[in-house]
Amino acid sequence: MTDKPKVAFYWCASCGGCEEAVVDLAEKLLDVVEAIDIVFWPVALDTKRADVEAMEDGSILATFVNGAVRTTEQEEMVHMLRRKSQLLLAFGACAHLGGIPGLANQSDRDTIFDVVYRRSPSTVNPDGVVPQTQTTVNGYKLPLPGFYDTVRTVGQVTDIDYVVPGCPPTPGIIAGAVNTLLGGDLPPRGTVLAPDVALCDECDRKTTKPETVSLTEWKRPHLVDVDEELCLLAQGLVCLGPATRAGCGAQCVGANMPCTGCFGPTSRVRDGGGKALAAIASLVGSDEPDEIDHILDGIPDPVGTFFRYSLPASLLRRAPIGSRNNTPTATTERSE
Amino acid sequence: MLEVTEDRGAAPEEFEPTIAAFFCNWCTYLAADLAGTSRMKYAPNARVIRVMCSGRIDPQFVFDAFAKGADGVLIGGCHPGDCHYQEGNYKALRRYRLTKRVLDALGVEPERFRLEWISAAEADRLRDVMNEMAAQIKALGPADFSVPDETFPGTDPGLDATAEEAVVS
Amino acid sequence: MSELSAGNGTPRVGVYVCHCGTNISATIDVVAAQQAAETLPGVVISREYKYMCSDPGQEIIKKDIHDLDLNRVVVASCSPCLHEETFRKAVADGGLNPYYFQMVNIREHAAWVHKDMAAATAKANDLIRAAVRRVRLHQPLEARRVPVDPNVMVVGGGIAGIHAALTMADAGKHVYLVEREPSIGGHMAMFDKTFPTLDCAACILTPKMTRVRAHPNIETMTMSEVTAVDGFVGNYTVTVRHNPRFIIEDACVGCLECIDACVFRNGKTQDEFNLGLSKRKPIYIPFPQAVPQVVLIDPAGCIEFRTGKCKKTCVEVCAERNAIDFQQEATTEDITVGAVIVATGFETFDATRLPRYGYGNLDGVYTALEVERLVNASGPTDGEIVLRNGRKPEAIGVIHCIGSRDKNTNEYCSRVCCMYSLKLSHLLKEKTDAEIYEFYIDMRTAGKGFEEFYNRVAEEGIHFIRGKVADVYPEAGNPDKLVLQAEDTLAGMVRQIPVDMVVLATGLEPRQDAEDVRRTFNITCSGGGFFMERHPKLAPVSTFTDGVFLAGACQGPKDIPDTVAQAGAAAAEALALIDAGFIELEPNTAFVVEENCSGCKTCVGLCPFNSISYADGKAQINEVLCKGCGTCVAACPSGAIRQNLFDDDEIFEEIAGVLTNA
Repeated sequence: MTDKPKVAFYWCASCGGCEEAVVDLAEKLLDVVEAIDIVFWPVALDTKRADVEAMEDGSILATFVNGAVRTTEQEEMVHMLRRKSQLLLAFGACAHLGGIPGLANQSDRDTIFDVVYRRSPSTVNPDGVVPQTQTTVNGYKLPLPGFYDTVRTVGQVTDIDYVVPGCPPTPGIIAGAVNTLLGGDLPPRGTVLAPDVALCDECDRKTTKPETVSLTEWKRPHLVDVDEELCLLAQGLVCLGPATRAGCGAQCVGANMPCTGCFGPTSRVRDGGGKALAAIASLVGSDEPDEIDHILDGIPDPVGTFFRYSLPASLLRRAPIGSRNNTPTATTERSE
Repeated sequence: MLEVTEDRGAAPEEFEPTIAAFFCNWCTYLAADLAGTSRMKYAPNARVIRVMCSGRIDPQFVFDAFAKGADGVLIGGCHPGDCHYQEGNYKALRRYRLTKRVLDALGVEPERFRLEWISAAEADRLRDVMNEMAAQIKALGPADFSVPDETFPGTDPGLDATAEEAVVS
Repeated sequence: MSELSAGNGTPRVGVYVCHCGTNISATIDVVAAQQAAETLPGVVISREYKYMCSDPGQEIIKKDIHDLDLNRVVVASCSPCLHEETFRKAVADGGLNPYYFQMVNIREHAAWVHKDMAAATAKANDLIRAAVRRVRLHQPLEARRVPVDPNVMVVGGGIAGIHAALTMADAGKHVYLVEREPSIGGHMAMFDKTFPTLDCAACILTPKMTRVRAHPNIETMTMSEVTAVDGFVGNYTVTVRHNPRFIIEDACVGCLECIDACVFRNGKTQDEFNLGLSKRKPIYIPFPQAVPQVVLIDPAGCIEFRTGKCKKTCVEVCAERNAIDFQQEATTEDITVGAVIVATGFETFDATRLPRYGYGNLDGVYTALEVERLVNASGPTDGEIVLRNGRKPEAIGVIHCIGSRDKNTNEYCSRVCCMYSLKLSHLLKEKTDAEIYEFYIDMRTAGKGFEEFYNRVAEEGIHFIRGKVADVYPEAGNPDKLVLQAEDTLAGMVRQIPVDMVVLATGLEPRQDAEDVRRTFNITCSGGGFFMERHPKLAPVSTFTDGVFLAGACQGPKDIPDTVAQAGAAAAEALALIDAGFIELEPNTAFVVEENCSGCKTCVGLCPFNSISYADGKAQINEVLCKGCGTCVAACPSGAIRQNLFDDDEIFEEIAGVLTNA
């Protein structure tokens, strides 16, 4: 038993990148580990669920939950960790906005199972078995996690205290968040721990952006010899910087890749994808419907582009269940 | 001209769509006023929200309307070239086309989201659009973006054992 | 005082549902709506009343503001276009900022357009709920006051423009009168006599034209067109292009000797003023009483322009004044004015669109305007009725409704044709004593003295046949005679009447370039293509663009008395605007919240009024230039731009309000 503040990490529907982001703190990690007592971290430690259940409510100072909530197990863990923690932080874009797993909200469970477990070309599943919620082991009926139709953010499952944004959060953002939490002057509950302005504010290319950008073509990054200094939007790349919170140092842009919006929108925006699409639509250089459509054809996947990380957090949250997109036959046929 | 879809003695459960209509002050809103002064009759399904220009329409409004239960969203603005503020309707057009692609990708039927250019003199056009949209969306049924509550068989208490017990024994 | 600044105390909302007599209450259960409103969050009082816009109705609001400490008011009644001002003023008189008010349109948008009471009431309830939710977020705004330029412009120098210009000039205003043709006077200058008094058009028009020329406050610009209009009410900048007449206006005294001296002995160009019935020389004056009394040169006809090798006898004869300038070029100038009156007039229907009447094909077929020129003493035939074949007509047919009252051409009635047909019949009868047959659908003689004129003309022996002429064709074996075939609906038989002359009573249409002109002035056209007035009954001379007024036939077909009346009305309204000295602009401007702006520049290029500038890494909006369209607000990707009266949160509240029961 120690007197160090207790901290926990948990991952829901996650790629593991947020865990690695913690590790990316590198030397600073050792200082962090020194100062705190990590009581639960499935990727790194062997603590069990039962151990968490046994803790006193509120005994964990801060739990960092990353990943979106997709299964009943994740939901239960989030609820449990909420009870056990004073502060629950949504860590990373998936916990904050739904993240990449959130794009599954364009579909539904049955369709997804059908594609993944039965019809995808690399699947061998002659009996067409799909995940069940119950199994029998040695004659005992045991529960298995249920798989929700709808991916949710952690904030849609329980009350969260703060958000550490990013996919993954940058070392700078994480360090900043930790300093804020340890600093004593806590911001209002629910605050996203990153500046509340758009990325252009800290982007080196801002001065090169013309006052009017009017495009007749969108370009894909790998097909453009990207100018190192000129604003990426001005070069015809779909950069969502204007619609995305700052704080990451515009690292992607610095590497000649347009911002994809992983920090989410500013606090004044209710639907980040909607504002991102408004920003991009403003740059379309035509007033003729046919030409406009032709220009927009250069963004073949608008949901994936504007709601890449944020579909569950958007106002619509998901495609209507039972919509024409979501029947097994509606998905792309693949050869067996 | 379509029949007015009015609920006259129809079964109370019969679905009547609700359409959120964003009308620009100078054209479509006035056309609706003119339809009123002319005592034209049309389906009562729309709820008008007045803005100064169709260019004010933020895609967030459209998404919010659907999220809050609208079965259809109509944007009414001035004809191209006639915008009271010169170009606002062109901006609305571009946003509309891109928003429509998003809704389309999400499986929302195209009849649910419309942009119509209706000038202040075109009251009859307004009436026709109102009737047509109400009839079309009524046939499609409600737009449902709700996230259903889900429970799963097998995750309820009263099962035989915990995992450890099952494996160990 | 119940004035509450935002965030200070909770909103206390008063809701007032108007019956509007039975206009609303016949279709909407106003009591139910009032009761439903009582339950809405923030509502302190909810009332229903027969006429909210009346004085007692307004008093109720003022009293409630005082007694119940209201700080927000919602009125559910007619369109805000009618009474938003009224109620804002009532709220202000009650001691509350007028922008703490929201109006709900449950009359034009609900009671008048639906039949089912339950559905209409449900709609009204939704709209009221939306307004109550929204008004709680309203801010105490101030209308912006902008000074008004005291000068005015009249576009179009016909009788409408002339009358409007004189009225305003007499009131002491500096008036710019812009006319596209070489002379003012418009169509009226082409008429011979006017109905119903048979006043000679020139006799009553030319004194006014002379007054215009002499008036110290009127700057007349002929050969001029408006090419662009910038700015807003009270502060318009109009770009006017002056087309060259190749004569130095100040030097020309109107002696007309250059015309006599021209190397052309006879005119070879179709005379536009005489509608091609005669020819003119390349140097000419449009008509004898032209104002200004200055000739002009038509470069298409003039040999000097075409070949460069003319003797230029015109220049010789003008040696003293030296008024001829072949090098003259078009110039433009920008003129600032506070108000503009558009009086651009009409065109007559092109009768070639109806080939069955033979216009353009059969020599004996004339349009009414051509006949005006024929009967005119200074016309192509000196007032004698001589046909193209040199003969005098013994029988004349006048066909009404050419291009009017017809789904195939124009649905509307052109209003003046029945009267001018009677007038022309009278004049033709007087001059030729021919048998005259008027083929009509209805006789529309509704003005003052008009019915009496009809009776007078009828007593002169004109034949009236109620029926549309189906065909005009030359008599077999006698090409000078034209047969008019029509069903005489009163006699119940088809008649074929041979005449020597056919007069087509062509209707009035908007000018060909009406669409371009209206875009220039940012006004709209209504059905039929005429410029649209703000309200057909109560605001017939103003438009939805503040500061731009309408006068004359450009707003709809009308005769001279109505034109002059409307021109006076337009002048009065323009004067009211100018004399107020300032105008109040709706405070619905957008503004950038500087600390939230990332400098992404998305907004900068979007503003059509150049209100947004970029400096020091931030966008800024010039409040004076901002028109309040809200495009930048919707486009700002980080929500850094807000809009007074149409803020995001306010609109989201409305959306939530209307969809609560969806």
